[in-house]
Amino acid sequence: MKTFGNSVGRLEDPNLLTGQACFADDILLEDELQAAFVRSPHGHAAIKKIDCTEALALDGVHAIFTATDFAPHLNVDRLVVGLPSPSYKQDLNRPILAQSETVHVGEAIVLIVAKNRYIAEDAAALVDIDFAPLTAVGDCRASLAPGSSLVHTDTPHNLLAEFDVDYGDVSSAFGDAPHVFTETIWQHRGGAHSIECRGTLARYDSFEDLLTVWSSTQTPHTARQLLCEILGREENQIRVITPDVGGGFGPKLIFYPEDAAVALAAMMLKRPVKWIEDRREHFIASTQERDQYWEVEIAVNADASIRGIRGTLIHEHGAYTARGVNLPYESAQTVTLPYEVPAYSLNVKLALTNKVPVTPVRGAGQPQGTFVMERLLDRVAGELNLDRAEVRRRNLIAAEKMPYTKPLKSRGGMQVVLDSGDYPECQKMVLEASNWEEFAARKARALSEGKYIGLGLANFVKGTGRGPFEPVTVRVSGSGKIFVNTGAAAMGQSTKTMLAQIVSDQLGGTLENVIVSAGDTGTISMGLGGFNSRQAVMAGSSAHLAGLKLREKILSVGAQLLDTNIDQLEFELDTISIKGATQKKVKLGDIARMLGGTPGFALPEGISPGMEVTESFVCNEMAYANGAAVAEVEVDVETGGVTVKKIIIAHDCGRVINPMLVDGQIVGGVVHGLGNALFEWMGFDENCQPLTTTFADYLLVSATEVPPIEVLHMESPSPLNPLGVKGVGECGVLPIAPAIMSAIEDAMSPFGAHIARAPIHPSEIVEMAQAGRRP
Amino acid sequence: MKPPAFHYHDPQTVSDVVALLSKCENAKLLAGGQSLMPMLNMRYVLPDDVIDLNKVAELAFLREAGSVLEIGAMTRQRELEYSKGVAALCPLMREAILHVGHRQTRNRGTLAGSLCHLDPSAELVSVATAMGAVVHVSGPKGNREIKFSDFPADYMMPAIEFDELVTRVDFPCWSVGHGYAFVEFARRHGDFAIASVAVLLEKDQSGKFSRVALALGGVAAVPVLIREVEEILIGQTAGEELFRAAGEACRKIEAVEDTNAPAVYRQHLASVLTQRALALADSRMARVEVGA
Amino acid sequence: MSETRTITLKVDGRSYEAKVETRFTLADFLRQQLGLTGTHLGCEHGVCGACTILINGRSARSCLMLAVQADGHEITTISGIAKVSDELHPLQQAFSNHHALQCGYCTPGILTTLVELLSDNPDPSDDEIKNAISGNLCRCTGYQPIITATKEAAQQMRETQGGAS
Repeated sequence: MKTFGNSVGRLEDPNLLTGQACFADDILLEDELQAAFVRSPHGHAAIKKIDCTEALALDGVHAIFTATDFAPHLNVDRLVVGLPSPSYKQDLNRPILAQSETVHVGEAIVLIVAKNRYIAEDAAALVDIDFAPLTAVGDCRASLAPGSSLVHTDTPHNLLAEFDVDYGDVSSAFGDAPHVFTETIWQHRGGAHSIECRGTLARYDSFEDLLTVWSSTQTPHTARQLLCEILGREENQIRVITPDVGGGFGPKLIFYPEDAAVALAAMMLKRPVKWIEDRREHFIASTQERDQYWEVEIAVNADASIRGIRGTLIHEHGAYTARGVNLPYESAQTVTLPYEVPAYSLNVKLALTNKVPVTPVRGAGQPQGTFVMERLLDRVAGELNLDRAEVRRRNLIAAEKMPYTKPLKSRGGMQVVLDSGDYPECQKMVLEASNWEEFAARKARALSEGKYIGLGLANFVKGTGRGPFEPVTVRVSGSGKIFVNTGAAAMGQSTKTMLAQIVSDQLGGTLENVIVSAGDTGTISMGLGGFNSRQAVMAGSSAHLAGLKLREKILSVGAQLLDTNIDQLEFELDTISIKGATQKKVKLGDIARMLGGTPGFALPEGISPGMEVTESFVCNEMAYANGAAVAEVEVDVETGGVTVKKIIIAHDCGRVINPMLVDGQIVGGVVHGLGNALFEWMGFDENCQPLTTTFADYLLVSATEVPPIEVLHMESPSPLNPLGVKGVGECGVLPIAPAIMSAIEDAMSPFGAHIARAPIHPSEIVEMAQAGRRP
Repeated sequence: MKPPAFHYHDPQTVSDVVALLSKCENAKLLAGGQSLMPMLNMRYVLPDDVIDLNKVAELAFLREAGSVLEIGAMTRQRELEYSKGVAALCPLMREAILHVGHRQTRNRGTLAGSLCHLDPSAELVSVATAMGAVVHVSGPKGNREIKFSDFPADYMMPAIEFDELVTRVDFPCWSVGHGYAFVEFARRHGDFAIASVAVLLEKDQSGKFSRVALALGGVAAVPVLIREVEEILIGQTAGEELFRAAGEACRKIEAVEDTNAPAVYRQHLASVLTQRALALADSRMARVEVGA
Repeated sequence: MSETRTITLKVDGRSYEAKVETRFTLADFLRQQLGLTGTHLGCEHGVCGACTILINGRSARSCLMLAVQADGHEITTISGIAKVSDELHPLQQAFSNHHALQCGYCTPGILTTLVELLSDNPDPSDDEIKNAISGNLCRCTGYQPIITATKEAAQQMRETQGGAS
């Protein structure tokens, strides 16, 4: 293993650093037209009439499309994409363009195609739509109350889905419990806000009868499949290519109405059509996460060991199903993961609201489950007057118990088995690194100086490596170059370097000899894409197996050609030679050409044709990564300002392919979690009008808010895949909001403050301080 | 988010600008662009004409006339940030300007651009309020001066006619060794202040406050000079109790309620920041006095 | 109405004369008319900093400038920061060494901002670096490796300049 475990430089960097990368909007086709959408300004309205006459007359406008214009050309007029689940009460699928009713601000109604985006926006302003506003429902709890207005007019109610996650004997867990504590928790996460918004460029080549779609997507094969269904075309008639993608974080895994609209427009106009989402559109038309309301209670014994947890979750789903019930399902699943919880019961309701659909953002529901568990444990500690770390120690699943079967099923029905990990050790690492034991004295000293500092702790376990597979093709060309093709989409997480490392370790050890195509349906026929922290596990394992197979073949052929045994061979760069007699050698490219066949001549003994292997490593079980974090904060109780002084995070993602890249994922996730704790809130008013639609109102973490972040490592290899790896992309997010809230609560202990929400606003901290001061 | 169509003009003299303004009924002046361009990109404004001031060389200058800083309208914020003259004569402005946006925005943003945009939390607007700046305006009828207290006509609306432009702003500086402090609370570095306090202090021979100016920014629809603070402080010696009383006077201001913060919280911040700003400004005075 | 002007300017050391619509932003001009797509658009309202370029050596958000305003000026984009073509600027190299970029979308704006910072301040502290890039949003890296990379580049640049004070 040459590069595995080493922080080798990235293949992606040279282009990205020098302005030579190619993101969706960087593709400049000479005859391309640019598009803009006319979007609903109402949270809920009937569409009475659409008048495009004035807009069409504008110089530079090529075409304007409404749902009526598209209808004759569409095989299906709704995007049916929901992941299967028995819990749906109704199916509410997005149209490509809204026709008679619009159900959220930002919903696309009209597509304008013009010479450039400037003119398209001019035309958009001239489109006259006659709306009859209807009541918009914004609060997901109110939406479920009897008598609530309907989010969609032709539906029986606003309950999209309902399910229960439960195991064990919850009633006796609670019936005899010495202590029961109840918490009401609100959590809100916001949008993805990748710095690159979405974008799609579609070009139809009538000579080849091929529709090529470049899309800033995390799921190119899914996009291709959906386009085939929608447009009534075959797989060989549509190609979806991911260019360089400027961040995804979840919402780019969704297939959107705009993607279908742009593709169809390109076909109808026989001109390339490009649509680039602007930031305002990202706020109102890209999926996002929003509210969850939890009512939970925890039953514990006198020694703080958990007897059971039960409660309800109302999850805001938005106006349509753009992914499924997976987000709250993961939230429900994640709650108990790191701890021994004998009984658990959560009723989950997904409520419709007149806002853009809710689908996963980095963490995908698991941060919320983690937050609930960690707040409950802090509550137990406070009530029983025990150290918060001690309460966790008493309940964390011990290393000796791995693999640990949780009485839970994943969404596909697989048993949840925590495959490996030492949870108590990770907690111990962060406690030591943060001098947890000495903090009480530091805190007292600070208090005597009028300063309020606090330390908070949280553990997490995250399901990663979502299966069932991710195919990878490894092929050696006649020139000796190694091609790695996969549908594992890259969005900044260094997929290409990761795969190149794995493959080159088997095939000569030179990263630069490996050319990776990630996310092009033209270079591999099947794929699922990038999400759920799965690339290293699924694509990495496939790449590893493919590389191994090819290596065996190459060495077999080499041995025959050089008339020696395999164990006498060296494979370095693109050359196979005999150890100690390197003048006896054969080139990789030579072998590849030979195995391409010469008419009338046999291949070497026992060798099958070609130098191409496609592997689809199958794993249905998730690999569970884990870790712990400690956050230190200083709270200005007069202004409510919170300064995070330091974050220490220990994480275990199994074997580490490239430490530098792993740390990058962790730190990035940590900062996202910080944003969820203190800054990010996607606001709407009571008419479902978005309030925060610019970066001035919606606050992303900038460099000045980031504290020193220390990353500690553990490697508990996963037994589930040949590399022993686990996913890492989302992990950093999970423990941060709970650790920060725990720290703020600790800092404000003189006021008896209690925090059961994220994010928190400075004004709320001031209120807590004032409330605590009253006698 | 692309700008709408407009006629673009790039005059080179003030009189050319005035002539254009008189002719165009729906024009916007383009200074640093850091406020106008976002509004154009988002199509919040739809001017028929955009008059670019960046070639009017006579509008960019920074000079000291005795104890008055005369600053041309198009002087970049960056220049104010690095000016030794500003640092010496008007340390309040220097301290405030470090909170204005980010280095990229200060490179282009101008003094008058910020003042005319009149965002209630804009730091330069608070400084102008506290210092009683004088705004020089040119129009077809000639030049006139507007005291800064008369400059805001309404929320984000300066009291200038459609055919006038700001050419220069004078900042009468306080005596050497005066106390100053600009304190703000923002969610992140560089954000507009949720609340800010700009304070200037002078004392007489006996150590009692002889001159005081305190402006609250971000709290109300326009920045406000709090006269009550002057009444409380003048003739008194510095002290925690005194500053607390001043803080309570500031808490009474009518505050804005919006997505960023509730009104009652702004009022609370006004009080807290006032106390902190007064203590800080006073400590700066004390240092100078000890050294004198 | 499509009002145009002819402008002449230098971009990344090369002279251009171009006819441009007066309402076109500098960012769109650089990207679409000159094909210099290294400068990116992230928000078009002046907050994210992805579009940052240098105008006469000073960082500015190109989404908040009209192309016509660049007439007669010198623009430097990400494509022009390396002094010698085919070689990386020390900042670019350091970014690669320290994994200071992931998706790379915000990177050009951050690099141009840092080029300006190091030219003003050859030995910046952590806080000064954070301050300098406080107007550049990154969703991937968490900023920490950017700080590290900048310090390494700064040191390298000081050493290359002969260490003379």
